[in-house]
This record gives sequence, C-alpha cells and structure tokens, in this order.
Amino acid sequence: MNALMLLVFDGLLLLGIVSLAWASLASSDDRNSVILFMAFGLVLAVAWGRLMAADVALAEAAIGAGLSGALLLAAVRKRPAQMAAGRANNSHNPDRTGVNMLLQWSVTLLCAALAGTLAWALLDAFSSTPHETLPQAISANLEASGVSNPVTAVLLNFRAYDTLLELAVLLTAVLGILAMGRATAVYQPAGPIFDGLVRWLVPVLILTAGYLLWVGAHAPGGAFQAGATLAAAGVVLHLAGHPRIGLPAGFALRILMAAGVAVFLAVGLSLLVMGRPFLGYPPAWAGALILIIESAAMLAIAATLVLAFVGAFPRSTATRAASRQVREEEAR
Amino acid sequence: MLTAHVMYGLSGCLLVALGLRTTLLHASLLRRVLAINVMGAGVFMMLIAVAYRGLGVPPDPVPHALVLTGIVVAVSATALALALARRLHAEHDNG
Repeated sequence: MNALMLLVFDGLLLLGIVSLAWASLASSDDRNSVILFMAFGLVLAVAWGRLMAADVALAEAAIGAGLSGALLLAAVRKRPAQMAAGRANNSHNPDRTGVNMLLQWSVTLLCAALAGTLAWALLDAFSSTPHETLPQAISANLEASGVSNPVTAVLLNFRAYDTLLELAVLLTAVLGILAMGRATAVYQPAGPIFDGLVRWLVPVLILTAGYLLWVGAHAPGGAFQAGATLAAAGVVLHLAGHPRIGLPAGFALRILMAAGVAVFLAVGLSLLVMGRPFLGYPPAWAGALILIIESAAMLAIAATLVLAFVGAFPRSTATRAASRQVREEEAR
Repeated sequence: MLTAHVMYGLSGCLLVALGLRTTLLHASLLRRVLAINVMGAGVFMMLIAVAYRGLGVPPDPVPHALVLTGIVVAVSATALALALARRLHAEHDNG
C-alpha cells in the first residue's frame, strides 16, 4: 500500500478516535455519551487491526465496545433519576465561581503536563532500538508451548499465572456485584420480530464462540473472545425476556462461575504434585491442557459476564418466592 | 519523524489526559466510569504502539497479551463500579 495513503488513513483514524472520546466525555446527555463511547470502542478495534493486533481487536469489539456498552446502556436505562441529577449539575456549570474556574484550569494544566511527560517517555523509548530478547524468546519456545498463536502462548503458557489471577479478578468482581444484589428489572418477553431474531442469533453466537475457542490455538481468538461472544448470547436472551438466560440453576451455576479458576488451579496443582513447576506443562500435553483450561475459562467468563450484566442471580419461580418470603419477614 | 507507532503512541497519551481530566472534574458517576475507560484505552494504545513493528512484520505478542488481560479486567471493574453506583443511588433515594 502507498505509504502516503497509509499516513492519511492513520491520521483520519486517530482524529476519529480522539474526537469520539472527546464528544463522549463532553456530551451533556448520559445516553448520548454511552452511545458515543460504544462507537469509540468500535473505531478503536479498527485501530488495533491496523496495528497488527487482531486478538486485541476481537476482544475490543466483543468486550470493550459490545459488553461494556450494554452494561453502560443498561445503567442509563435503570437510572433516569440520576440522569436528571447529572443534567442539573451541568446547568450549574455556566455560573461557576472564580475558585471553580481556577480548579478546572489547574486540573487541565496538570493533565496536559501528564500527557507531555508520557509523550516524552514514549518518544525516548521509541528513539532507542527495542531489545527484542522477549519476542525472540517467545518465537524460540513457541514449538514447546502447545499452540502456534503467540498471544495465546503468552496468555495460557508463558504467563499463565497472570491469566489465572485475571480469572480470579473477574470472579471477585462478580461476587462483589452479586453481594450488593439488587435484582434488576426483568425485560418484557420479546415481540415476534425480536423473538425470531433471537432464535437465529443465539445459535450463531454459540457457534461463533466455539469457533473462536478452537481457532485461538493457531490464529487470533481464544477463551476471552469466545467467552465474551457466549456472554453476548446470554445478554440477548436477557433482553428478550428469557428468565433463566440459558444458565443452570442453584449450585450448578456457582460451580460454573468458579470453573475457570478451579480448572486452572487443578491443572497447576496436579503438575506440582507430578514434580513439575506450577503451571509448567509438559510440552507433549501442553496443547490438550491449554484447550481444557480455555474451555472451562470460556464457560466461566461467559457466565460471569452475563451475571455482571444482570446484576443478580437470574430469578426462577423458586427464588422469587423465597425473596418474597424474606421481604415479608423484613416487613414484620 | 511521524511514523505510525509515534502517531498512535502520542494519541494514547492524549486519551489518558482527556480521561483523567473528566474523571477529576465531572460530577456524574457514570461519566467518571466512562472517563476511566477512556484512560484505559489510552494506555492500551500506548502498549499496542510499542508492540508494533511495521505492516506485515509480526509484532511483539507480550504487550498484546497484557492489553487482552487489561480489557477483561476493565470490563469487570466497570461492571462493579456501575453496581456500586446503582446501590449508592438506591441508598440515596431511600434515605
């Protein structure tokens, strides 16, 4: 491709990204702001594709723009009162006092100084030739990692410990959300057109998730992208008014939520018992072990993200009766 | 010289500053959560720019793995922050 054309493309893309971020943060309406943020995420995914980061582009489109957008939109929908409060605050802004003005300017200046420092550090890093020892070590050991996609090799083999802790972070966050448990609004059953769409969309999403999981071993994809796609199926079902969202009930759901961390730990500890380092897979088994861990992780990530979206365990008739009982007891 | 990784890296710095400013100055909790996400996107952009080696050249996979982890942690933190904000507003409305 022509170098000048590429430069123009980069310039326009970056202009679009920075303007969308600015518009999203400066918008006077929360709903507009969220929709602009989703657009920002999607354009960002194009930028990751441009910078040869296809794995990140897939995750950004599915999680950064898709699921975060759904979460934020649901949050705007649930809080019309808060939106009004936000608007009231904005209307106060024009008659701000001198002190307020001073504060705004000093914060802006400090942020500009931070951007300048970051830019300086970054340019300094770019000006020196990069030490390619880490990428070289990865490509030298890729054969033994059990997968041929270097990003999956880093995530599930070379730095598997980080990914284990990441799954633990995800589990902790959803436990926090469930602990504050307010069952959120249940959506009305979908009309015939949306229901027809859901019937087509959910199987396609499940199939795509399976494909992304399998292909992650040798091409962009993997447990996180697959889990997010599967979670999207759950979100669609929730929006269409399905009460159980395709999730199992009770204890099985708790096991599913913990499956990612549990299988990861079980594999790591069994290897430790066999006299290998923690999560140090024998090269002959590495591919199979990674697939097992990724399958469990995908299911756990999907269940966790759906529960994070719903904000509470899905209500079945039994739990609804139980919660009514609790409420009656509280009233007494 | 205005190469691609310099352009993307500097835009990342700009996004961090933009996000931080709104996080500190805006009153609405929802907008602050958005602003923190924009800051995160800026950090991701710097990391991906550092990993970039040119069109058609395999990039450094380590920053890519870091950003993937970051995206998932960011969405968990966003969900938790929104749940906290919702609870806060519910308490406020009741009290």
